[in-house]
Amino acid sequence: MSRIVDAANAPFAPVRAYFRKHRSFGIFVGVVLLSVALPLLTRVPPFDGIQSTNAWVNAFTTAAIYAMLAMGLNVVIGFAGLLDLGYAAFFALGGYTYALAASPFSGIHLPFWPMLLAGGIVGAIFGVLLGAPTLRLRGDYLAIVTLGFGEIVPITLMNADKFTDGVNGIGGIDKPSIPGILQFTLINPWPMYGLVVVLFTLIMIMIYRLEDSRLGRTWDAIREDELAAESSGVNTVIAKLQAFAVGASIAGIVGVVNAAKITIVTPDQFRFAVSISALAAVVLGGMGNTIGVATGAFIIYLFQSILLKQLNTLVENFNIPILNQVDFLEFQYVLYGIVLVLMMLKRPQGIFPARRRMREFAPLKIGKGGLK
Amino acid sequence: MATVNATSSSAGRLLGSLRLPIGIVAFLGISLTVLGIDQFVNALTLGAIYALVALGYTMVYGIIELINFAHGDVFMVGSFVAMFISSSLLGNEGAITNIPLLAGSVLVLFALTIGVMAIVGALIERLAYRPLRRAPRLAPLITAIGVSFILQNVIQFFFGPTIVTVPQLVPIEWSIEVSGARVPLLNIFVIAASVALMFALQLFISRTRTGRAMRTTSMDRDASSLMGVDINRTIMITFLIGSGLAGAAGVVHGLYYGNTSFNLGFQSGLKAFTAAVLGGIGNTAGAALGGFLIAFIEVGASAFGYGRWGGAVVFSLLVIFLVFRPTGLLGSHSGDRA
Amino acid sequence: MLRARGVTRKFGGLVAVNNVDFEIPRGSISAIIGPNGAGKTTFFNVIAGIYAPTEGTIELDGKPLISPPTGAGREPILLVLPTIPFIGLAIYFLMAVGGDTGLIEGVASVAVALLGFVGALLLNIVRPAWYDRLIKRIGVTRPARPNDMVVAGLARTFQNIRLYKSLTTLENILVGMHVHLHGSLLGALFKTRLVREEEAAAEQRARELLAFVDLAGMENELAANLPYGKQRLLEIARAIASRPKLLLLDEPAAGMNPKETEEMTALIRRIRDELGITVLLIEHDMRVVMGISDYITVLDHGEKIAEGLPKAIRTNPKVIEAYLGRGAAAGH
Repeated sequence: MSRIVDAANAPFAPVRAYFRKHRSFGIFVGVVLLSVALPLLTRVPPFDGIQSTNAWVNAFTTAAIYAMLAMGLNVVIGFAGLLDLGYAAFFALGGYTYALAASPFSGIHLPFWPMLLAGGIVGAIFGVLLGAPTLRLRGDYLAIVTLGFGEIVPITLMNADKFTDGVNGIGGIDKPSIPGILQFTLINPWPMYGLVVVLFTLIMIMIYRLEDSRLGRTWDAIREDELAAESSGVNTVIAKLQAFAVGASIAGIVGVVNAAKITIVTPDQFRFAVSISALAAVVLGGMGNTIGVATGAFIIYLFQSILLKQLNTLVENFNIPILNQVDFLEFQYVLYGIVLVLMMLKRPQGIFPARRRMREFAPLKIGKGGLK
Repeated sequence: MATVNATSSSAGRLLGSLRLPIGIVAFLGISLTVLGIDQFVNALTLGAIYALVALGYTMVYGIIELINFAHGDVFMVGSFVAMFISSSLLGNEGAITNIPLLAGSVLVLFALTIGVMAIVGALIERLAYRPLRRAPRLAPLITAIGVSFILQNVIQFFFGPTIVTVPQLVPIEWSIEVSGARVPLLNIFVIAASVALMFALQLFISRTRTGRAMRTTSMDRDASSLMGVDINRTIMITFLIGSGLAGAAGVVHGLYYGNTSFNLGFQSGLKAFTAAVLGGIGNTAGAALGGFLIAFIEVGASAFGYGRWGGAVVFSLLVIFLVFRPTGLLGSHSGDRA
Repeated sequence: MLRARGVTRKFGGLVAVNNVDFEIPRGSISAIIGPNGAGKTTFFNVIAGIYAPTEGTIELDGKPLISPPTGAGREPILLVLPTIPFIGLAIYFLMAVGGDTGLIEGVASVAVALLGFVGALLLNIVRPAWYDRLIKRIGVTRPARPNDMVVAGLARTFQNIRLYKSLTTLENILVGMHVHLHGSLLGALFKTRLVREEEAAAEQRARELLAFVDLAGMENELAANLPYGKQRLLEIARAIASRPKLLLLDEPAAGMNPKETEEMTALIRRIRDELGITVLLIEHDMRVVMGISDYITVLDHGEKIAEGLPKAIRTNPKVIEAYLGRGAAAGH
């Protein structure tokens, strides 16, 4: 069977070899093609009937934001093997950083572009702050601590009224602008779409580079066998902190973008459900596979925002008795839970397994190879 | 790893073993004076509830080294089941003053809820955790999170995101006088019922064959199975009991607070887990102790006006203990892992 | 080259290694033998930095390498003390600005305090060399970690093979070369010329190492797929990738057939002869031990009961007794 697949792929081999060698270029080309193709696709039925192209573009933008979060979380969970359940906290911190820097609430209006960097730095700092106490903890305990952190941050944001306007959050956040050339507005989704596409490409390229680097190998080694890694000379402490820092800074940057997009941040936007949805995307897409988790995120987001909405309209239109009392949109959270359970039971390596991870979830072979 | 206590003299050792009871008595005395009788009783009541839930966490972790994320939500579902039973089946809208009827209803409520939640817990183990027993550590953890999420959101789906009222069968006006303060009988009932259940659990674990099987399985699973212990059955029974206790806690919560909500499990679950860690994960006595401790801290924080920060305080405690004293106050009794 | 003085390691009440003096001459192949439970692997683990010694010291090339950690109680102070100036600064700022603190001032103060805390945290976690020297002055020395040992020039293999199963053979070796590669996080992100050249050179060297242990051609095999004997070879290649002065081998010939054992013995000799690496091994297979060791030390019940040349050890009555029991010693 695999020989047939190989044969079918053969003509594409030189193309794939080229892109494997010039991967960054390949990513660039792929993302550009996709970002042009998708909006075009929404002009044809049945997609044009669901919502306007502008609304679709807005949805794609949000999906891409979600995908970037998934890619960032994948660095922590998929590469370094650290189960972070409080990822939404970094997303929140990035958002609030920009909100405090560019809204009527704080009174100052710093420009957007340097704040992207600031969001990343804030994320990195808090990533280290969270990572530090977890360094000597086992998997489950590490997860719980990150969960706790993920709770402490929104609680603090909600209660520190003076700094964050509590439950109301901070609104009226400035939109980005390139002075003289472009002003982002609430009505036109295209500039934000373009920004997000560029950011997505950059982040994806950087993550792939990290994966292949010395640091990426270090993370693999730590994930496989931490003691052996230390005995190979790896400073696991620094490597784990770097994993947290990288993951958190991505979430911070994305948080800034998200705040600029929806122009308001409230503690409610960053509940546990957000961390879980990112986890679901990682698990669905394939832990350790960057493009896989991005795809997983897209699938989940578009499923929940488009398909479920359509299900609602469908059921309403056909007036199905019990079902039309049900709001399927509420169902999305159950969806996350089901994804997590089903994937772990049936296909823990994800829809698109990372090449290396295929080994880890295979049952132990006795006899051949070394001892455990 | 064997630990050795360095006290050499027998007087020293005696003092050492008295440390804990003295500490407890001192703590209770101080809190009584600081909080006043009303809040003291509140704390005891809340502590009883936390303790019941913490027991489930600690037993499951002790036996399969899994943090059962879904356990807090089993507690929450238990409170909804109890609400459903008492409002629909028992046809109750409010307090029952007829004592035999009250006793009967409460008993039925407990029996049914405990039974249902025990089965739910065992089902979860059978379907979601058992297939992953040999999988890498990440897998059952993620599954547990998934189950927790499913439970929470299914309940939210059917009962809405707001607070749901629960019939309080035991009249809240009934009370006794203790040195000038009014102590509701409801509180006494909650505390007494919980303590009775905890006591029964201790007896079960220490005196019965199954209880012994539970203890040895948590120390060394393979050795126990070689000795003839049916591991699957033992683990299932652990889940049955733990989830049953959580169900009881759910009943009690509803009777005491008169309401419940879909996210009860998440908040209280994390606090109960903190209690289990505080007392020493895997250690049932520790879980009980931890439950009361956490409750006192929470009530204390409220008393001083920091109620809103209660959650943050408890989670911070969790982090501090996990990092600096993972074996808890009373020592942990889970299997040895390198 | 390596000198252990009075090394003791206790686990609670159990004394696994008791007051062992031990010396490895440079350029030798030395062996530690002894019956099971003698404390050989524990001793090994102390040298490798996995356990800190309860008592005793270890020196490498005359310089102190490992000693019992001190001042453990003072660690929390180390965390709190450096943070205090920052918290003080934050409080001062808040007070100076007056009762009605604006938003920016408030956030700035929190930020300053937080940065201070993170800085102190990082210092204590990352432990740069100058910081370790500083805290030594107040009497705090920390236990050495295995990766510190690698930096100092030690490398080891494991009794039950700990390879990175889902990495390829080549990648396993590249991890072994970790301490000699300097590609940083930023360098990786921007794919700087320095990093690219270093990675290429590293790959080249890794291939050479594979060829040295006779695994050429298996670069892209997943480590989990290698047969047992080759996995052992790979682990050794990974260990020597860090350019150690001293290589610690924990039962390198375990589970091997006679032919493989012969090849292993030859490899160990080549490591010493061609690469100039001093070797210390734990081994149960007496043919290996007697065949290549210049020098043997015998442990039993955590204590050194004999040491010397192979010939002498072979006929030493205490050694025979330890392995075979009292009767056997009398019989010889």
